[in-house]
Amino acid sequence: MINRFENIIIQTISRLLIPPIQLYALYVIAHGHYSPGGGFQGGCILGASFILMVIAYDIKETKRMISEKINTIFIVLGVIIYSGIGAVCLILGADYLDYGILNKIFSVSPAKARALGTFGVEIGVGITVMAVMVSIFLNLVSGGEHEEAQE
Amino acid sequence: MAEHSLILIIVIPLMASCFNILLGLFRRGFCYPLVIATLSLCVILSIFIMDGVINNGVIHYRLGGWAPPWGIEYVVDHLNAFVMTIISFISLFVAVYSKRSVEAELPGRTVYFYTVFLLLVTGLLGITVTGDVFNLYVFLEITSLAGYALIAIGRDKALLASFNYLIMGTIGACFYLLGVGYLYIATGSLNMADLGRLLPDLYHSKVVLVAFAFFAVGVAIKMALFPLHVWLPDAYTYAPSTVSALAASTMTKVGVYVMIRIMFTVFKPNFSAEMLPVTEILGWVASGAMIFGCILAIAQTDVKRMLSYILIAEVGYIVIGVSVTNRMGFTGALLHILFDAFMMACLFMVAGVVMHKTGKTSIHGFRQLHRRMPITMAAFTIAALSVIGVPPTAGFFSKWYLVLGAIYARKWIFAGMLLLSSLLAVVAFFRVIENIYFAPSCHAHDRVGQEGIVRDEAPLSMLVPLLTMAAGILILGFFSGKIVSAVIQFTVPEGF
Amino acid sequence: MDFIISKFNYWIYIVLMMIGFYAMISKSNLVKKLVGMNIFQTAIILFFISIGSKKGATIPIIQDSHVDAVNSALYMNPLPHVLMLTAIVVMVSTFGVAVALLIMIYRKYKTLEEDEILQILRNEKWPNTH
Repeated sequence: MINRFENIIIQTISRLLIPPIQLYALYVIAHGHYSPGGGFQGGCILGASFILMVIAYDIKETKRMISEKINTIFIVLGVIIYSGIGAVCLILGADYLDYGILNKIFSVSPAKARALGTFGVEIGVGITVMAVMVSIFLNLVSGGEHEEAQE
Repeated sequence: MAEHSLILIIVIPLMASCFNILLGLFRRGFCYPLVIATLSLCVILSIFIMDGVINNGVIHYRLGGWAPPWGIEYVVDHLNAFVMTIISFISLFVAVYSKRSVEAELPGRTVYFYTVFLLLVTGLLGITVTGDVFNLYVFLEITSLAGYALIAIGRDKALLASFNYLIMGTIGACFYLLGVGYLYIATGSLNMADLGRLLPDLYHSKVVLVAFAFFAVGVAIKMALFPLHVWLPDAYTYAPSTVSALAASTMTKVGVYVMIRIMFTVFKPNFSAEMLPVTEILGWVASGAMIFGCILAIAQTDVKRMLSYILIAEVGYIVIGVSVTNRMGFTGALLHILFDAFMMACLFMVAGVVMHKTGKTSIHGFRQLHRRMPITMAAFTIAALSVIGVPPTAGFFSKWYLVLGAIYARKWIFAGMLLLSSLLAVVAFFRVIENIYFAPSCHAHDRVGQEGIVRDEAPLSMLVPLLTMAAGILILGFFSGKIVSAVIQFTVPEGF
Repeated sequence: MDFIISKFNYWIYIVLMMIGFYAMISKSNLVKKLVGMNIFQTAIILFFISIGSKKGATIPIIQDSHVDAVNSALYMNPLPHVLMLTAIVVMVSTFGVAVALLIMIYRKYKTLEEDEILQILRNEKWPNTH
């Protein structure tokens, strides 16, 4: 169990750093098809920002920011976004995950629609990976005792 | 939507497992109907795909619209469709069976249980649909991870058993990945049909030989072939009853399917017969599995553990059918995949019912149980007779093909071992059957209340799938000729 | 000597894999087995990435988004990188499941040494013998 450790330096630095870390993670997700990056990497960095919050502050403070229930919903939301984009492609008439058909919705060229579709699934992957990293870390650190386990 | 049925059969359980959590956070009672609806849809889709394959031939589906060597392709031919139909049916019946068992054994965790259950079914169906070796690795790991999690929530030694299974299963999957990597170095392609076209020129290179060795060992760990079976008895004994029933009937069978794919589609049959003596090694290893499994089954005192050892012997039967490389043996192996799924599901479901009603699964606990639950014990007896291979039940038909195949290939020792292991299975099962029907009650107070033992039959949601499996075992045997002529005779590789 | 130096990536991956495999088999602490498994999987990932490299090639990212074809001999093979992204995700998931199992094993048996756990189980089974 991580208890509150009152160290002003660590708390101030993490309070300054966590928003830029999250911004950098969003940058990594968005630039997945131009430079090294992508959904999994950006999601890990987003998860790391929450883990930094747990290390610097208390678990209770972090759970105020992102509760267990919201975390579980995020895990599921990412997969639904990914499969949902594929299902939209199915409904519009092309094969599964054939993003070229999305140009009917966005009215751009098929190549640009493919880029947008890839970006969409990367967002889904990033959300799921962030939630899973936070969930694994919270389970490890609290030794398995949190309110979800005792129904 | 009809031409997209190949991808829908994977996407529907995946999205259902996600919606399951959302619904479960809202109200817990919605999980079970969602699971049943999803798996019924999968059964309908798999029948549709099977129909399409029988009438029109092989179905191809390109993921993302990319053409095969560059994109992932899903290919369904007769072998695929056969295994996919078996898996979707068995998953539906086990899910119907699971309601009371999960409420009793895992109170308060039904939402997460059904989520991981649907992920397991997604992985199993994905293994059977895909036509790309790396995609198969991904689905294999989805299946394995869901299996580790589900087995770990069982009783007493389940955690340690699941940890052992995790370590050994990961080694197996890593060996499979190494095999994929070596084939990629040698040919540059990951598509199964493309590899089948490119590899025959390269059979003499050491890279391809080592790749085959890695594949063989990796898949053998996953399907619990004889020397590498060590994780199976502990894992399936202590797992929850639903998980044992599903895993025993499906996870080892997809392992055999992967082995058949690698040996006969990616590498052509003449590789296994001429380049490396694979079929002989497989034959000896499988005979060892049959004898060893049945002998150790006789030595157990816990019924679920005995059934796990019988499962090891059953995998041995299927691999012997594959290893004799003739039409009869291969037909027997595929028929045995179908019938064995039914038999193992029925047997483990009976063990789950006994666990639910009496709380223990030792052989001693089965004493005189035919007074309390006669229908369940009748189903157990039918399934036991099928494992032994007694004529009207289905097991006789598949064993007939297997023994004929061994005799046609002039491998008299394998035919003898098949018959010997059937005799050993008789001993193993009749210990339990004697206890159920003929053993006198040993407690004094039971003799007084013997007329008053009340019929405490299994609940209906557990009884209906059980009886369906038992009816299937009795009836499907007579349809084996039709199954062979409609489906199985097109799956036999050419050259047999 | 040339046999070892020219194929050094294969030698590195074999040595790492065998270290991980040895740890999985022979160590009795469950966490050390898990670390061995991690080393084993990491070695496979390193091997895959190393086979994509070519002599004089650069990373497979095109600088300006021009639409004409590029000379593929100048760029490394991107396919193993992409496959290994998936394999890394699988590795992390397996590690997560394994660590969750270890936490529950520790809560139940109060130890993480395999021989001590087996001793506890043996004592449970036959409580009168030692």
